[in-house]
Amino acid sequence: MENEEKRNRIWALIITFSLIIISLLYYQVNVYYMYLVAYTWFGFAYGMMLQNGRFCFASASRDLFAAGVPRMAVGVLVALMFFSIIQAILSATNLSTFHPAPVGIHMTISGIIFGLGMVLAGGCASGSLYKVGEGNMTNLIAVIVGLCIGQAVFVDIGGLFNKFIPSSWEHSALSKGLPLYIIQDGWFDKYLAGYVWNQPTIRISDLFSDSLPGAWKYFIGDALIGAILPALLILIIIYTKYVRKSFIKKRKEVNGGRIGLTDELAGMWNMITASKRTTLMGVLIGITAGLHILVMKGLQIKFEATNFGELLVRMGHTKDVSLMGNVFDPGYWYITSQEAQFGAWILEKFGWNMQDNIFFAINNGLPELLRNPALWMSIGIIFGAMVMARLNNEYKLKWPKGELWVWGLLGGILMGIGSRPSLGCNIGAFFIRSAGGDPNGWLYGIGMVIGAFIAVKFFNWWTERKMAKELESF
Amino acid sequence: MAVKFEKKGEGLYVLDVTGYVCPHPQLYTKKSLEKMASGEKVEVIFDNPSSAETITQLCEQQGHEILEKRKEGGKFIYLIKKG
Repeated sequence: MENEEKRNRIWALIITFSLIIISLLYYQVNVYYMYLVAYTWFGFAYGMMLQNGRFCFASASRDLFAAGVPRMAVGVLVALMFFSIIQAILSATNLSTFHPAPVGIHMTISGIIFGLGMVLAGGCASGSLYKVGEGNMTNLIAVIVGLCIGQAVFVDIGGLFNKFIPSSWEHSALSKGLPLYIIQDGWFDKYLAGYVWNQPTIRISDLFSDSLPGAWKYFIGDALIGAILPALLILIIIYTKYVRKSFIKKRKEVNGGRIGLTDELAGMWNMITASKRTTLMGVLIGITAGLHILVMKGLQIKFEATNFGELLVRMGHTKDVSLMGNVFDPGYWYITSQEAQFGAWILEKFGWNMQDNIFFAINNGLPELLRNPALWMSIGIIFGAMVMARLNNEYKLKWPKGELWVWGLLGGILMGIGSRPSLGCNIGAFFIRSAGGDPNGWLYGIGMVIGAFIAVKFFNWWTERKMAKELESF
Repeated sequence: MAVKFEKKGEGLYVLDVTGYVCPHPQLYTKKSLEKMASGEKVEVIFDNPSSAETITQLCEQQGHEILEKRKEGGKFIYLIKKG
């Protein structure tokens, strides 16, 4: 046992020092790579916090519906509230990299598909990455097949799939003046250029730009109205439905049956602090996500660039960038687009042309893996989680068996599909946008909860069936 | 892949969900406890770290008592008494 602990600590040190050496090598090659290194270490920090707090967005709704446990839902909402305040501070000081996305029902539809997928796969997009770091290969299947390959195929396929696109979208897409080789074949291109780009973007602070002076619009509009009040409302609903009954019962036994507002507030506080580990990590994740934006913005100012693609071009890597001169560089915590790039990179090695669609050719580019900044954030998450799992003596290499292959594959593919129409996953589409005053975040969140609810119903039936078989012999 | 739910002795069961990932360990734990009578015990064996936190809170909320928590080489072993 002691040997195992010692071995785990050594591995944690090896991984950390390897990343330090890699970071120094990047610095030696070119100072611009500090941009990529910053992503890596923020990813590393996210990975450590996600693993230590067992922080998974899939668990937030799944454990609530399946087991009546609100731990993770509380953690996510706490993180969201803290992050919204920091987002507001950054916006007020003009240091934010956040931008809202086109709003519409596509967000909720996409969220439902993603919600189904994350429960089946046993982890959301960020959760799956940190679980890979714990040695969980079921989640690796979900990441590689679904989030990487699945997404890349999803944004590139045309042929029969073009027929599902309404003619109005097709006409609108063709009128945008995009190169014909990009827009001609590919359902996702027509969806993006013919539908998504026509939708308005809304940020709550913009609605208050006349009525609230100065920076107050960010604090009251984006943070308070856009994130904190909805999060508090959800916390009250969770408390009322899942926690109140048992808490009040115990409370009545102690104080002789009288219950007042103080007891209800104590019940809420008890729910929030029930899993100190998760709630504390929620606070830290919220703060770190804000600091991440600040650092990326600082590096953009220092290097006089708004996208890492500009730095790649300066370094002579012109093939890495899109026709717009960009690569995928969100400037904040994001998960799925870089996985799609990784999938496309693999498929290109097998001769698949990935440069004939909007997603890669125009919006995100397709950089070499070692020069892909956001991909390094994902690698950082995996290694950060691996270090923390090693330090907690919880690392265990687990290969999927039997049904887990099915859940990993199916869940991963659904997560991949559910990430793209919304232009993001549980992090990019829900967490970042909800905290930034973009109502899209909540539209996606509602979808995720609906999808998770359906998947939990299915798993309840499935486990009941398997338990019945086990109990036959009793 | 099979879940193992066995009777180990009088009023004592073993639920082995080793190898399973979320949400299976917590779901099988909940369902096992539902099948048992009050006062009976179950030893839950799992190796999915994130289930540990959820199973703990599940027991707290539903009035079950975790008598023992052990960690053995990446495996978690919880002895739970149904409330």
